[in-house]
Amino acid sequence: MKRFLGFVKKEFIHIFRDYLTMIILFGIPAILVLLFGFVISMELKNIRVGVLDLSRDEVTQKITDKICSSGFFERGKDLAGYHELGATLRGGKTKAILIFGEDFSQRLLSEGTAAISIITDGSEPNVATQTTNFITAIIGDYNRELAQTDMPGTLLVSPEVRMFYNPTLKSQFMFVPGVITMIMILICALMTSITLTREKEFGTMEALLASPLKPAQIIIGKVVPYFFLSLIDAILILLLSWLVFGLAVKGSILLLLAELMLYILMSLSLGILVSSIAKTMQQAIFVTLVGGMLPTVLLSGFIVPIESMPEIYQWISAILPPRYFIVILKNIMIKGTGLAFVWKETLILVSFTAFFIVISLRSFKTRLQ
Amino acid sequence: MGTEKENIITVRNLVKKFGSFIANDNLSFEVKKGEIFGFLGANGAGKTTAVRILCGLSAPTSGEVKVAGFDIYGETEKIKRNIGYMSQKFSLYEDLTVSENIRLFGGIYGISSREIREKQEILLNRLGMNALRNKLIAGLPLGWKQKLAFSIAIFHQPRIVFLDEPTGGVDPIARRQFWEMIYEASSEGITVFVTTHYMDEAEYCDRISIMSDGKIMALDTPAELKRIYTARSVEEVFVKIARPDKN
Amino acid sequence: MNKAIESIKVSKRFGEVVALDNVSLEVNRNEIFGLIGPDGAGKTTLFRIITTLLLPDKGSMMVLGLDTHKQYRELRKRIGYMPGRFSLYQDLTVEENLSFYATVYGTTVRQNFELIADIYSHIEPFKKRLAGQLSGGMKQKLALSCALIHKPEILVLDEPTTGVDAVSRKEFWEMLKKLKEKGITILVSTPYMDEASLCDRVALIQGGKIMDVDTPRRITEKFPRRIFHVSSDEMHRLIRDLHQFAKTDSVFAFGRYVHFTGIDDEVETSELDKYLSDQKHTNVLVEEIGPGIEDVFINLMGQQ
Repeated sequence: MKRFLGFVKKEFIHIFRDYLTMIILFGIPAILVLLFGFVISMELKNIRVGVLDLSRDEVTQKITDKICSSGFFERGKDLAGYHELGATLRGGKTKAILIFGEDFSQRLLSEGTAAISIITDGSEPNVATQTTNFITAIIGDYNRELAQTDMPGTLLVSPEVRMFYNPTLKSQFMFVPGVITMIMILICALMTSITLTREKEFGTMEALLASPLKPAQIIIGKVVPYFFLSLIDAILILLLSWLVFGLAVKGSILLLLAELMLYILMSLSLGILVSSIAKTMQQAIFVTLVGGMLPTVLLSGFIVPIESMPEIYQWISAILPPRYFIVILKNIMIKGTGLAFVWKETLILVSFTAFFIVISLRSFKTRLQ
Repeated sequence: MGTEKENIITVRNLVKKFGSFIANDNLSFEVKKGEIFGFLGANGAGKTTAVRILCGLSAPTSGEVKVAGFDIYGETEKIKRNIGYMSQKFSLYEDLTVSENIRLFGGIYGISSREIREKQEILLNRLGMNALRNKLIAGLPLGWKQKLAFSIAIFHQPRIVFLDEPTGGVDPIARRQFWEMIYEASSEGITVFVTTHYMDEAEYCDRISIMSDGKIMALDTPAELKRIYTARSVEEVFVKIARPDKN
Repeated sequence: MNKAIESIKVSKRFGEVVALDNVSLEVNRNEIFGLIGPDGAGKTTLFRIITTLLLPDKGSMMVLGLDTHKQYRELRKRIGYMPGRFSLYQDLTVEENLSFYATVYGTTVRQNFELIADIYSHIEPFKKRLAGQLSGGMKQKLALSCALIHKPEILVLDEPTTGVDAVSRKEFWEMLKKLKEKGITILVSTPYMDEASLCDRVALIQGGKIMDVDTPRRITEKFPRRIFHVSSDEMHRLIRDLHQFAKTDSVFAFGRYVHFTGIDDEVETSELDKYLSDQKHTNVLVEEIGPGIEDVFINLMGQQ
């Protein structure tokens, strides 16, 4: 045990003495979160909303006014008919269009429900998501107002969201789960694989192997510091997005932390696996970036929704652990759901982790090759 | 070696500081044309720093340095064109073949492809490496690599060639063949500036300088140094100079 | 008591390259044993097999009576190994490196300090300095301290003096002698042939084959050839002219002399004298001398 602790201590010295490692560990995550966050929140001001009102009655007028006086939106063009939809959005200035069907208020009174369609410009996904979310929230507000009046029955306005160009984009603050997923892969897999291959490159691995240290001790000794540092990192990202952007975690924090640890463990074992293949730091960096980072960014649903990918990419995405972790994060953080909704994904991550650990322990030799 | 020969390297009061650390402390010496000049010193004595300055890779803090007739401050490009360099650590590209390395380095020094082709044949014949021209450098024994590297370092007929521990780890036969090549280059008028840890090799030099703590402590022919220090070998001289307190 | 090292017909190849070819070797307890050979001779591979880091393809290797294949765990505690590239952590200080290696072997610096005190005293003034900023000679001493800190019974040093200046080398060999007096078996490899005389016994290795094993003295004594050293005022022309001489077998520069062997050893000094004065050499000196290890090595290489 003392051997092991001595080893861990040495790892911490390596990390704290290398300012570049410290920057990667704590600087980059903070910068990414702030960058993504500000880009998004800055765009959400004075979004121009066009209106296609086929009913033109008191209720539609009221809802339109409510939306456009919210401070987020500005009233754009009034459309004469459906045929103008495409041209208006293509014009680029109008980012969303509200559509009220014919006899809106009559239907509301007689059938107890009426539909509003919101059509957004999906080519700017962040704006589109934010817009629909805000409009939906405002309409929900109106619903509550309706409920308080003496009108007979329960009246509901159900927004029917449809997006042009990118019809399946969902969820607000998607970037936070995405950034966490990406950063964890970056730190855990990249850093562990670098630190292990560095020992090979500098020849110190030879001395370690010739010592009574067991391979498991070397590996776990390498992993422990990064486990804690990445956990701190994840909490840092969560705090930042809460303090700066007001994104509070809706679900159980404990469950979130547990899932984070699982994912970190998975990424660390992936890093060890990489280092057992790579002989130099350069190779390790290349393999983790191309094999780990790029797929995470491109194929795990972080930037492009999985549903809108070609089928073959969806298949590839299915074997990428980050994909499942993003789902878990979104569920816990944004939807506020519990383990009941994410147990499947969790189980998949557990199996990935077990698989990687077994493989990397096997491939880490007690001798030189 | 007559004094009538012209100086090809002139160093006057060369100082190089890194912060408060003085790597080269007021060096002054000359190297004559065609001479084999041994540049010895303990690890960390400041040899590498001085060689870098002479090759135009680093600027001195103060002092006057002329290499091949060119000033180290303003004419480094001309200096680089007139020198060759080879070290134990970097000499040839391991993942290129013998012939590719020759063509690459010939091209770098602006030699026409026809001339490269002609000179390559002579070179390979002389080294007895004709059959190996399409072999990767990585697969050659160290002794062959170093001999080839030396030939390439003087391929563009530089006026001076700098050799930084060229024979480290090379087998005893190849090491001697290497030195025969050095003699040959020297007899063709190329000045050879060499650092080494093999003290027997120091005996092959026309003159040697011994550095310690950034200063040149001795500079003369091996025979004269042995006489002055009443030593039987250059190794003894070296030990007396580099660590006077130990003996 | 069993031998410190017993190598029985060990062979090892990497792809097509034969690194070791049927190597049999015995190292006695408490001797300084030198493995002498140029780069690529197979020294590092042999050492890695001895230190349990590699398995031989064929043959067996016993160290301290233990099999390097099956009993490697036990062995690793008892061997001190200093790999060719001094395995120090560049970003750790001198002190930190030493205490790290102590904990790895489950001991403390204080416990075995007596063993390294002498060596460590050279670098102690720099104990707060990062290992990456040490000079070659100091790195070498620190690496040796690290390899010794667990009080090994056998010390395996892979080219500890390569690239180190002549003075540091001398100091290093003095340290090894003192360690031997403390009962440690020392196995050391070097490409510097002149260091052979500092070992109790040496093995000459080239191309993965052991060419000879003996005491340095006996190795030179049993050398069958007659060697002349020759000098004149013009070294280069001397070498060239001797190559031209009809009765020349070999000509190699050794310091300010040329070592000469004649065909069938039938050349006499007078013949050389005459030939060289015919070639207008001045200050000619020709003497028959006893061979050095390097002469033997060159001769054995020639036979291969």
